[in-house]
Amino acid sequence: MRLALLLLSLPLLAQVTHQRLLNAEKEPGNWLTYSGNFSGHRFSPLKQITDQNVAKLTPAWVYQSNSLQKFETTPLVVDGVMYISEAPSHVTALDTRTGRVIWRYRRTLPDDVRVCCGQVNRGVAILGDLVYVGTVDAHLVALDSKTGAVRWDVTVADNKTGHSITVAPLAVKDKIIIGIAGGEYGIRGFLDAYDAKTGKLAWRFWTVPAAGEPEAKTWAGESYKRGSAATWVTGAYDPDTNLLYWGTGNPGPDWNGEVRAGDNLYSDCLIALDLDTGKLKWHFQFTPHDVHDWDATEVPVLINAEFRGQPRKLLLFPNRNAFYYVLDRVTGQFLLGKPYAKQTWAKGLDDSGRPIRLPGTFPTVEGTRVWPSVAGANNWYSPSYSPDTKHLYVATRESGAVYYFGNAEYKAGEQFNGGGFRSIPGEEEWGAIRAFKPTTGEVAWEYKLFTPPYSGVLSTAGNLVFGATAEGQMIALNATTGKLLWRFQGGGTVRSNPMSYQSDGKQYVAMTLGNSLYVFHLQP
Amino acid sequence: MFWLAPFLLFQLQQPLDIPDKNPHTTAADIEQGKRLYMGRCAGCHGPSGDGGKGANLAVPTLPRAAADRSLYRIIRYGIPDTEMPGSLMDAKELWQTAAFVHSLGQVPSAPITGNAQAGAQVFKSKGACLNCHALGNEGGRIGPSLSGIGARRGAAHLKAKIVNPAADVPDQFRLVQLTTKAGKTMRGIRLNEDTYSIQLRDFSGNPQSFWKADITQLTEEKKTNMPAYQGKLTDTELNDLVAFLANEKGAQ
Ligand code: HEC
Ligand code: HEC
Repeated sequence: MRLALLLLSLPLLAQVTHQRLLNAEKEPGNWLTYSGNFSGHRFSPLKQITDQNVAKLTPAWVYQSNSLQKFETTPLVVDGVMYISEAPSHVTALDTRTGRVIWRYRRTLPDDVRVCCGQVNRGVAILGDLVYVGTVDAHLVALDSKTGAVRWDVTVADNKTGHSITVAPLAVKDKIIIGIAGGEYGIRGFLDAYDAKTGKLAWRFWTVPAAGEPEAKTWAGESYKRGSAATWVTGAYDPDTNLLYWGTGNPGPDWNGEVRAGDNLYSDCLIALDLDTGKLKWHFQFTPHDVHDWDATEVPVLINAEFRGQPRKLLLFPNRNAFYYVLDRVTGQFLLGKPYAKQTWAKGLDDSGRPIRLPGTFPTVEGTRVWPSVAGANNWYSPSYSPDTKHLYVATRESGAVYYFGNAEYKAGEQFNGGGFRSIPGEEEWGAIRAFKPTTGEVAWEYKLFTPPYSGVLSTAGNLVFGATAEGQMIALNATTGKLLWRFQGGGTVRSNPMSYQSDGKQYVAMTLGNSLYVFHLQP
Repeated sequence: MFWLAPFLLFQLQQPLDIPDKNPHTTAADIEQGKRLYMGRCAGCHGPSGDGGKGANLAVPTLPRAAADRSLYRIIRYGIPDTEMPGSLMDAKELWQTAAFVHSLGQVPSAPITGNAQAGAQVFKSKGACLNCHALGNEGGRIGPSLSGIGARRGAAHLKAKIVNPAADVPDQFRLVQLTTKAGKTMRGIRLNEDTYSIQLRDFSGNPQSFWKADITQLTEEKKTNMPAYQGKLTDTELNDLVAFLANEKGAQ
C-alpha cells in the first residue's frame, strides 16, 4: 500500500505546476525558472556553501558543448534533472549528480539563419510535463520533459525577415511568454503568449505601433514600419498585480536616428502587461530616440521595500544606458534615476526620468566618442537581489565606443544598422561587480575586474555572490563585504549567468564558462 | 586581442549575394567612400592609404583584394586573427568605401627609393635589428617577428617607426616592472594579463608568469624599449632599410 502510494506520488512530484513556480523559494533545491523566481532575483536560499567554506569549492562535473557559439544558458533543475539549451537551438537533459545525458533534442536549422549576434540560446522554461525552447529560426517548441520528444512546434515569426528567438521563455499560469530578437533587421517587435498545453497564440503585444495608432506619431513618417523594439531578454511577473514586466530593445535602425525622428515608442522601454489579456497597463521609456543601440533588455528586479518612508512595490532596473532606475511597479511612476557607470551622453534625468541629452553625442560619419559603449554599462546578463543583505548586485562595464552614422536603406532579411561602432583606440576598459543599496543607488561595495564582464551574478543565503570575468574566471565574493573568497579559471570568456541547486542533499553551483558547463560542489 | 571584443557582439552574417563588379563607382560614390574611409579606416591606413599601421592600400593591385568581391569581403568581414576589423556598413557604403580604396591605388604613392639589398645589410649589421626581432629562422624574441611586415604595414609607417618608435606604441604594448613578495624584481614585455595574473617576456626572451597576489609592486608603462634610430642611420641607410622591410612579404 505504501509502495503503491509512493509510486503514484512520484510522477505527480515531477509535474511543475504554476503553484510551484509561484513558490519557487519554498523548494530551494530546484531552479524552476530563468531567474530562479518570478521577481528576477537570481537568489538561491541554499546555504550549505557559505562564505566560511566556499574556498573548498571544486568541479563535480563538466559538460562540454559541441558548439563553438557562445554558451549562454541558465540551467533549470527539477527533481534531479537539469535542462539546458545549447547553441544554436538544442536542448539537453542531464542527471544533476553525474552530468550524464538523459535525452537530447537536436534541431535542424536552415543554412542561412539570420540572427545578429550569434546563434545563441539563453535557456528553457518548464511547466507541467513540458519543456519549452525558442529557436533561432523563430519557432517555439514544446518537448516532453521525460523524453525530449516534440509535443508541438509553432512558428512565431519568419526568420527570412530577421526574426529569431534567443530568449529563455517564461512559463506563467497557463501561458508561455516568449520574446523576439531581430532589432538589427528592422522587424516589428512584439511579445507573445501561447497556451502552454496546445501552443495556440493567446495574445500578441506589438512593441511598435500600426498606422493610425497614437504611438505612430512618435515615429517620423512611416519609420515605425521598421521600428524593431525586440524583446529578447526574459522579464519578471508579479502575481499581486498580475502584470508581466518586460524590457524592449533598440529602435531600428540602430545608429541613424535621422530617418525616425521622435521618441520611437515602445523602444527602450519597460512595458507592464496584463498577463491574461496582454493589454498594456503602463510603460516607461528609458532612452527616448535612442541612437546608440542601448536596448532596455535587462532583467527587471521586483522588490517590496520602504522608499522615502513609504512601503512600496518597486521595480529596479540597471540600464544599458548607464543609469540606474527605480520605478513604482504598480503605476510605472519614476522614483529614482542616477548614473552607475561612466556616461557622457546625458546631463542627468529630469523629474519625470527623461534624460537631458548633451549636445554632440549623436553618431557621425567621422565617428563620435561616447560612454557607455554599445555593449552598455550592463546588458542581458542578470543582476541579483539578496533578501538577506538587501543589496542589488550588478556586473558593470566601464567602457566607451566610437559611434558611426551611416545609410539606412531597408532590405528585408538584411541588417538594418544605419552605422556602426568600434572601440576607442587605447582606452583602458575595465569592469566591476558592484553592490548597490536598491532604494538610493548608493554603492555599498565594489569588486574591480581587469576587463568589462559579459556575465551575470547570483547571490545566495550563504552570504555569497557568484560571478565571472570576461577572462574566464568564475569567482565567489562575500555578499556583505565584496571580498574575494574563491576563483576558478574555466578557460574561455564567460557569457552567461550562474545558478544553484541541490541534489541528494548536496548544494551545487553551475555556470557555463567558455563552451563548457561547470558544476561545482564542496570538496568531499 | 582586447580591442576585437566589441565586434564579437555582432556576428557578421555570411554574404547573401555579392556582385562581381562594384556597382557604386561614380564620382559621388567615391566622394562618399572617402568620408567613410576617413572616419573608419584612416586611423590605421593613413589618410592617403600608405602611411598607416595598416597595410599599404595605395597600390595598383591589392595582394589580398585584387578583385572587387574580395575587397568588399575584407572590408565587411575583416581579416580574421589580425588587427584588420570587420565593419557594419551596409552594402552600398561598403562598395563606396571599396571604390575609394581602389582610387587610392590609381594615384602613384611616394615611391620607395631605397635599395632593398643594401637595406638587408643595415638590418643585420649596423641596425642590429636581429637582436630583438626575428626574421624567418633567425633573430631575437624581444620585439615582434618582422616576417611579412611589408604586407601588414605601409612604408611611411615603417620609416616613422624606425626613426622614432615612441611616437606610435601599440595600444596593448606594455613594459612591465614588478617586485615579488620574495623580493625578486623583473622587467619585461607584457604578453597577457587578467584580474589575477600577468604573463610577460623577460629580456632574455623567456616567458614568465606571476600571480598578482604574489606581487608587491607592479608598474606598467606604455612606452617602447625599441631604440630610436634618428641620427644613428644615414638617410640612405634608412631608405634602404625601409625598402627592405616594405618588400618583406613573408612566406606566401
Ligand atoms: C585597427 C586598425 C585598422 C582599421 C581601423 C582598418 N584596418 Fe585595414 N588592415 C589593418 C591591418 C593591420 C591590415 C593587415 C592585416 C594583416 O595582414 O596582418 C589591414 C589590411 C587591410 C586590407 C588588405 C590589404 C591587402 O593586403 O590586400 C584592406 C583592403 C584593408 N585593410 C582595408 C581597410 C578599410 C577599407 C578599412 C576601413 C573600413 C580598414 N581597413 C580599417 C588595420 C586596420
Ligand atoms: C632593443 C630591442 C629592439 C631593437 C634593437 C629593435 N627593435 Fe623594433 N621593436 C622592439 C619592440 C619591443 C617592438 C614592439 C613595441 C613597439 O611597437 O614599439 C618593436 C617594434 C618594431 C616595429 C613595429 C612592428 C609592427 O608589427 O608594427 C618595427 C617595424 C620595428 N620594430 C623595426 C625595427 C628595426 C628595423 C630595427 C633595427 C633598425 C629594430 N626594430 C630594432 C624592439 C627593438
